[in-house]
Amino acid sequence: MTASVKPTPGRARAYAFPAFERRRLSNGLTLIVASIEALPVVTVHITFDAGAVLDPAGREGTALLTAASLAEGTTSIDGATLAERFEQLGTSLDTGADWDAAWCKCTVLATRLPAVLTLLADVVQAPALADREVERLRDERLAELLQLRMEPRGLADDMFARFIYTPSARYAKPDGGNEASVPSITRDDVSRFHATRYTPATTTLIVVGDTNVEVVEALVVECFGQWAGSAGARAATPDTPAPGVRSVHVIARADAPQSELRIGHVGIPRHHPDYLSVFVMNAILGGLFSSRINLNLRERHAYTYGAFSRVDARRDAGPFEISTAVHSTVTAAAVREVLNEIDRIRDEPVSADELSLATAYLDGVFPIRFETTAAVATALANVQIFGLADDYYDRYRGDVRAMTRERVQAAARDHLHPDRMQIVIVGDPATVVGPLTALVTGPVHVRDAAGVPSV
Amino acid sequence: MRIPIESYVLDNGLRVTLSADRRTPIVAVNIWYHVGSANERAGRTGFAHLFEHMLFQGSAHVGANEHFELIQRAGGTLNGSTWLDRTNYFESVPSNQLEVALWLEADRMGRLLAAMTQEKLDTQRDVVKNERRWSVDNQPYGTWWERLPALTFPEEHPFHHSLIGSMDDLSAASLEDIATFFRTFYTPDNAVLTIAGDFEPAGAQAFVERHFGAIPRGAGRPPLPPMDVPRRFGGWVRQIVEDDVSAPRLFLAFRSPTLGSDDYHVASTCAAILGMRRGSRLHQSLVREQQLASSATAFTYDLSKGTDLLVVDATARPDVSSDALEKAVAAEVDQIHERGVTDSEVQRAVALIETDFVCLMQSAGDRADKLSMFATYFGNPALINDEVSRYRAVTAAQVSAFARERLGADNRASLLYVPRVGATEAVRPSGAAA
Repeated sequence: MTASVKPTPGRARAYAFPAFERRRLSNGLTLIVASIEALPVVTVHITFDAGAVLDPAGREGTALLTAASLAEGTTSIDGATLAERFEQLGTSLDTGADWDAAWCKCTVLATRLPAVLTLLADVVQAPALADREVERLRDERLAELLQLRMEPRGLADDMFARFIYTPSARYAKPDGGNEASVPSITRDDVSRFHATRYTPATTTLIVVGDTNVEVVEALVVECFGQWAGSAGARAATPDTPAPGVRSVHVIARADAPQSELRIGHVGIPRHHPDYLSVFVMNAILGGLFSSRINLNLRERHAYTYGAFSRVDARRDAGPFEISTAVHSTVTAAAVREVLNEIDRIRDEPVSADELSLATAYLDGVFPIRFETTAAVATALANVQIFGLADDYYDRYRGDVRAMTRERVQAAARDHLHPDRMQIVIVGDPATVVGPLTALVTGPVHVRDAAGVPSV
Repeated sequence: MRIPIESYVLDNGLRVTLSADRRTPIVAVNIWYHVGSANERAGRTGFAHLFEHMLFQGSAHVGANEHFELIQRAGGTLNGSTWLDRTNYFESVPSNQLEVALWLEADRMGRLLAAMTQEKLDTQRDVVKNERRWSVDNQPYGTWWERLPALTFPEEHPFHHSLIGSMDDLSAASLEDIATFFRTFYTPDNAVLTIAGDFEPAGAQAFVERHFGAIPRGAGRPPLPPMDVPRRFGGWVRQIVEDDVSAPRLFLAFRSPTLGSDDYHVASTCAAILGMRRGSRLHQSLVREQQLASSATAFTYDLSKGTDLLVVDATARPDVSSDALEKAVAAEVDQIHERGVTDSEVQRAVALIETDFVCLMQSAGDRADKLSMFATYFGNPALINDEVSRYRAVTAAQVSAFARERLGADNRASLLYVPRVGATEAVRPSGAAA
C-alpha cells in the first residue's frame, strides 16, 4: 500500500527575500518600498520611534495610549467618520505600540493606495487626541488591568516581569502601564508624546505589495512632504535585572485546576553578538514543538497541553522565559523537569540530530514566513527598529546553516543562569506550596493577585 | 483574481483539488475528513478531537512524534483542528518536499492503527485534559464555547454537546473506540485532499496516485441524525452564569441561514454591519458613544448543517451592570430588526470582507483550506472564485429583510456571564483608582 520509506525530496528551488529600496525625503522621513505583484494588495506600515521604553517616569502606558488615540479622529475628521472612511476603503487602521516602536498600519487593495495614504497622513500629522477619546481609552486600559488580575495567563506574565527586573526598571511594569501609572496619564501627556516622538526624522514609512517605488515616492512626497517637527531628547530608562538568587513566587489562585508557570531571567538585547546562537539554542531547548521542554512536559509526561521557551530580545535585554500551564498536582514535578532541561543543555552539547532539526527548520521555513505583504513589511520594520544590516534577511539562512554544536553550548553556558532563575506560579497554594517547598532550597513566597505577600 | 483549480476523484473516492501557483517555492497540503464532534456517540464527547491528537502519534511507517519532526525538519509548518462537523490536517512545506507531506498524510489515512498503543492513548488523553483546563476551566468566560452550543441546540442534536468533551468521557475512551472511529470515518471516500502552491500538476497527480491510490474505500459511514431545527428559537432562551470575571459579558445568538444556503452571504453581511471592526454599529454605539462596553462584535459560526448561528459578543466595562449591557445590545438589535440597513453600510461591510478574502489568498495554506471547505461541504471547490461576487451582489433590501425575519425577540438565545459576588473586590489592588 503506502510506500514504506520516506520519499526523497526534490531539489530545493531558490528563494530570495523581496528586494527593497530605501529613500529619504527632504524632511528626514525614510521611505522603504518593496514591490510584490502576486496579488493586488498593498501593506502600508509606518513605524515610529515611540515605544513604551520612552514613557515618562510615573506615566507608564503613555506610548500605548498615544498610539491607540491616533485612530480616534483627526483635527478635520471625527473618530466615527475616520473609522468609516478607512473601512469604506476595505481596511481598518491598526495603531499600536510595543516596547521599541509604535505603528500605524493597514492593508488595502492596490487601487486604494492613494486614498489610504492621504488618510494616514492626516492621522499621523494632525491627530485630534480629543479628551473624551483619550479618557475612554485610558479607562479601557484600566478595565483590561482589572480583568488581568483574574486571568491566570496575563497575571503570570505580569508577575514574572516584576520579579526579574528591579522595581524601577521600565520592563518591570507592563508595556501598557499599570494601575499606579495609567490613571495619572493626561491628554496633555499624550499630546506632548505625540509632538516629540512622532516626527519625520524618527519615522519610516514602509510600503509592500503591488506597486513600485516611483509611484509611492510621488504619493508620499505629496501627503507627507510638508510634515515637520523634531524629536525630543531620547532618554530611555535602563533595564536593570533584579539582583537575585533563584526564588519561587506563588500567586494565589485558590482551587485553580492548572498552574501557569513562568520560569526565567533577564536575557539579551537584540544586537548582542551571540543573538543567533542563543536563538538556535532556544529553538532546541523550547522553541520548536519537537524541543526538549515540550517533548518532556507534554509528550513524555503529559503534564501540559504545551510548553515553550522564548528569547525576547528587545533593543535592550528583554526576558528569557519558559512558559507552560500544567495540571496543578504536577506543578513541582514540572518545575523540576524544566530546571533539569536547563542544566542538561548547559552541561552537554546538543546532539547533531537536534541541531540539524533546528537549523533545517529555520532554513526551510524561511519563505513561509513571508507569504504576505504584511509579514514582509513587519520584517522591514524590524530592520529599522533594531538597526539590522540591509542584507540581514539575505544572509539569514546561510548564517543558520553555519551554526555549530559548540556555539550552541557556549550560548547555553553564557546566557542561561540557573542560579538566577525566577520561578513564578499562578496556582492554588493549597496544592502547590507543599511539593514546591520540598523541591527547592530557599523560600517559596506566596502573594495575592496584586503581588502583596500573604502572611 | 481567480484561483486556478483542477479537480478529480480517485477510484477509492478521494476527491482531489489542485491549485498551482509557481511564483513562490511553497506548497500547502490540506486534508478535510468529513467528521467532527457531531459524529460522536453518547458517552464519548470530545472523542473526535482526541482522535485528531492520535493522528500525530505515528502510523505504520512513521514513529511516535516522528510526524511533527519530519515536517519541521523539512522546513514546514503543520497542525490540525477539530470542529463540529469536520476535522482538518494541514502542512505548508518548501515545494521540493511535497511528496514527503503526501506520504505522511497517506500513511496515516491508510495505516494508522498499526501504531496505536494504549500508552499513546493515555498520554494524549492527559494532554487533551490539560488543553481543556487551559482553554475552558482556568480561563475567564472559558466555558462559553460549551455553553453556547448547549443552549442553542436541542439536547439530542449532534451540535449540542461539548467539542472538547467532559473529563469523564475522555477517561472512558478506549483503543477499541479508536479502531472503530478510524475504520468508519477516516477513509478516502470521506475525505478531500487539496494541494495549493508550487507544484507541477502531472508530478503531483503521480504522487497522489502512488501514495493514496491503493488505500481501500470505506464501507460507508452512518448518516448523521436529522440536523434540521426550526428557523427561529421560538422565544428568548436565557442562561446566566456566575464566573470569576471582572465584568459582565453577553453572547446573544440568533438562528441564521447555513453556510451554502442562498442567504448565507446576506446574514454574514448583516453580522459585519452589526459588529465587524470599529465602524460597525455595535462598536460605534456601545464602545465609543455610550462607553458601556470595552468590546462589542458580531460573527457567524459558519455551520453548514441544520442552522447557522449569528452571535453578538459584548463585554461590559467593569462598572456597568449586566442589565445595562443587555438593554444596550437589545436596543441595537431591535433597531436593525425594525429599521434595516443602508446601502453605505452594506458597501462598508462588503469592502472589508472582500479585502480580507484577497489578503487570505496570499497564503498557500489558507487557499488550500478554503478549497477543501468548498469541496467537502458543497462538492465544488470552484465556488472559491464566486465568493467576492456573491458578497458584491448583496443588497440593503436583502439584509433588512433578513434582520426583519431573524433578529426579532422570537429568535434569541442569550448566555450572560456575571461576576461572582465579591470576585472583583477581592483582586482590586488597594489604593488604585476605581
